[in-house]
Amino acid sequence: MRHTISVLVENKFGVLSRVAGLFSARGYNIASLAVSETLDPSVSYMTIVVDAKDEKILEQITKQLNKLIDVITVMDFTKKEHIDRELVLAKINYTSKDKPKLEAIFSKFVGKIVQHKADTAIVEAVGDEQQIKVLLEELNKFGIKELVRTGKLAIE
Amino acid sequence: MIGASILLESLKRVGVDVIFGYPGGQVLPIFDQLYDSDIKFILIRHEQGAAHAADGYARATGKVGVCLSTSGPGATNLVTGIATAYMDSIPMVAITGQVGTHLIGNDAFQEADVTGITRPITKHNYLVKDVKDLAQIIAEAFYIASSGRPGPVLIDIPVDVQRADTEFIWPEKVEIRSYQPTYSGHPGQVKKAVKLISGSKKPVIYAGGGIITSGAEIELKKLAEKIQAPVTTTFMGLGGFPGTHKLFLGMLGMHGTAYANHAVMGSDLIIAIGARFDDRVTGRLDTFAPGAKVIHIDIDPSSISKNIRVDVPVVGDAKNIIDELIGQITELPDTGEWLKTVENWKKKHPLTYKDSTTMLKPQYILQQLWDLTKGDAIICTEVGQSQMWACQWYQYQAPRTFISSGGLGTMGFGFPAAIGAKLGCPGKEVFNIAGDGSIQMNIQELATCVANKINVKVLIFNNGFLGMVRQWQELFYKKRYSFTPITSPDYVLLAESYGAVGIRVTKKYEVRPALEKAIQTNNTVFIDFRIEPEENVYPMVPAGKAINEMIEGLA
Ligand SMILES: Cc1ncc(C[n+]2csc(CCOP(=O)(O)OP(=O)(O)O)c2C)c(N)n1
Repeated sequence: MRHTISVLVENKFGVLSRVAGLFSARGYNIASLAVSETLDPSVSYMTIVVDAKDEKILEQITKQLNKLIDVITVMDFTKKEHIDRELVLAKINYTSKDKPKLEAIFSKFVGKIVQHKADTAIVEAVGDEQQIKVLLEELNKFGIKELVRTGKLAIE
Repeated sequence: MIGASILLESLKRVGVDVIFGYPGGQVLPIFDQLYDSDIKFILIRHEQGAAHAADGYARATGKVGVCLSTSGPGATNLVTGIATAYMDSIPMVAITGQVGTHLIGNDAFQEADVTGITRPITKHNYLVKDVKDLAQIIAEAFYIASSGRPGPVLIDIPVDVQRADTEFIWPEKVEIRSYQPTYSGHPGQVKKAVKLISGSKKPVIYAGGGIITSGAEIELKKLAEKIQAPVTTTFMGLGGFPGTHKLFLGMLGMHGTAYANHAVMGSDLIIAIGARFDDRVTGRLDTFAPGAKVIHIDIDPSSISKNIRVDVPVVGDAKNIIDELIGQITELPDTGEWLKTVENWKKKHPLTYKDSTTMLKPQYILQQLWDLTKGDAIICTEVGQSQMWACQWYQYQAPRTFISSGGLGTMGFGFPAAIGAKLGCPGKEVFNIAGDGSIQMNIQELATCVANKINVKVLIFNNGFLGMVRQWQELFYKKRYSFTPITSPDYVLLAESYGAVGIRVTKKYEVRPALEKAIQTNNTVFIDFRIEPEENVYPMVPAGKAINEMIEGLA
């Protein structure tokens, strides 16, 4: 099962590797990870998405995260109501004649063209996991040449 | 004040009286300050020994042990010792020199990413980048090492930080917003525990190292006596309950007593205190104590429900919570029948061995040692068969009298740990029970003992084998003794060449006089006991079996 975990940590060097180390030491791959400063610059906020086959191991990881000296709080969003979003930037095959098709897509999703050059365009889009999934299927019809994603952000 | 002076001044403030260590290029400023410091410094012969000695000091005294090494190879030599302390939750602060801050990351001479290497084996670690942070970091390090579930903390100090000058400001109070250990148990959970205890008929107390860390031995005894429950301890818990008490079952698990294992398997309530249901204790998990409810008291929430399902978890300090339990239990369980059953197991499956008139038996040596000291000594051990016999055949009476590497099982631990223990408790007789394999792992510390007049007594159970591995080969690999026969130097001559005293014992009647002589000798003593080469440790639970499916050896 896919879990979204948020971790509030001291904004210090080495903290990221402590957190990541807990997952890697147990053979867990982090599907996505987003880190940034909060309003209080001494605190960072991490959103971590991980696939956990074994819920017990995930419970252990959460407890171990809490044990790290630099971790302030840990929250597993999985069973909590929350809002999550991800930003994607995609470079797609695109010429002016594709405009109506793309506009039709963006009438359903939050996104836009941010750059258009000759036969490619870079589009940005924001959405939750499901929206991004559907959007990428749509964009794939144009042909995606490059794709970058921020990883998920989540808030209660 | 320069960084190096701040370090020593801070160490004094937190009450450090001895440092175990070894010099090198990246700790020169610190050693320059040590030259006329009133903190005692013990020059060990290998940094691994420094870490184990600091650990042994901590286990014997309950205080934070301190070791010091240079960067690179000095620091990596500490690693085994740090990991050993981490696995057994021992409060320790390791201080390492580091190359200058401008060189970090350049593969400079004797550079190693020590905070990276030790991240998974420390409770926390620091790289000090600014001398202004040093005092604060030291204060935090000692606080973290010794509070909550204790553990080793490493401080890596670049050499330029040691030289840099700043004002010394000592933080009188340490507060870390992201680190607040829970000490008192949740009242609701305590109530539930009380109810389970009152309703039980066949309770057993399973006590671990947490009893010793928390200093809860008196409370534990009161609780056991109040509810009339038999007590078994883990390896780490030995000494947490008097070994000669009638409610005591000895150690449980792989080489535990048969009756402790039967009692746990047959119980209807396990009261686990400061123990973690390690695989050496539970054996095959799905067969473990099928009829038992479990109360689990531990200061570390991550220990609870890690290996087995727990009915009533109580997070907090053992001493506090046992005290609460004693106060709140009004309805006492009727354990009369249960104690009779347990007594029967004791009679039917006692710890035994086949004594011999011709061969020297390790169990006999330990019985003699017990008879001579009656628990008034510190027994350190190495790892292997000799370690397990030391668990079985000596009745530890008080906490901090049994010092041994449990979680990591580090050969080479016992001798330097004995040095640390002796420095921490100079009034106590300190023994190290050692196999001939293990003693050769840190034998260089003989020089440390003699040079500093640290009189520890090393009892070598010399069987010519890496005995514990040989035992597994005998039982599970058709006696194919692949690389387990091991040669030794002449320990008597070796001890003498270092300036210590060596004694060889080959006959039973020589055992007691040799031990007496060792105790009377005001020097480090090595006794080379030539024991039965193929003696085995029984009972034994084979890997993957339930803990009541023991091989009991001979009846
Ligand atoms: C550093 C280290 N290396 C290897 C082992 C694996 N090991 C466990 S017990 C043992 C044999 C110990 O032999 P010895 O010290 O002679 O003690 P005995 O079992 O004969 O009493 C070995 C090799 C270990 N525990 N630690």
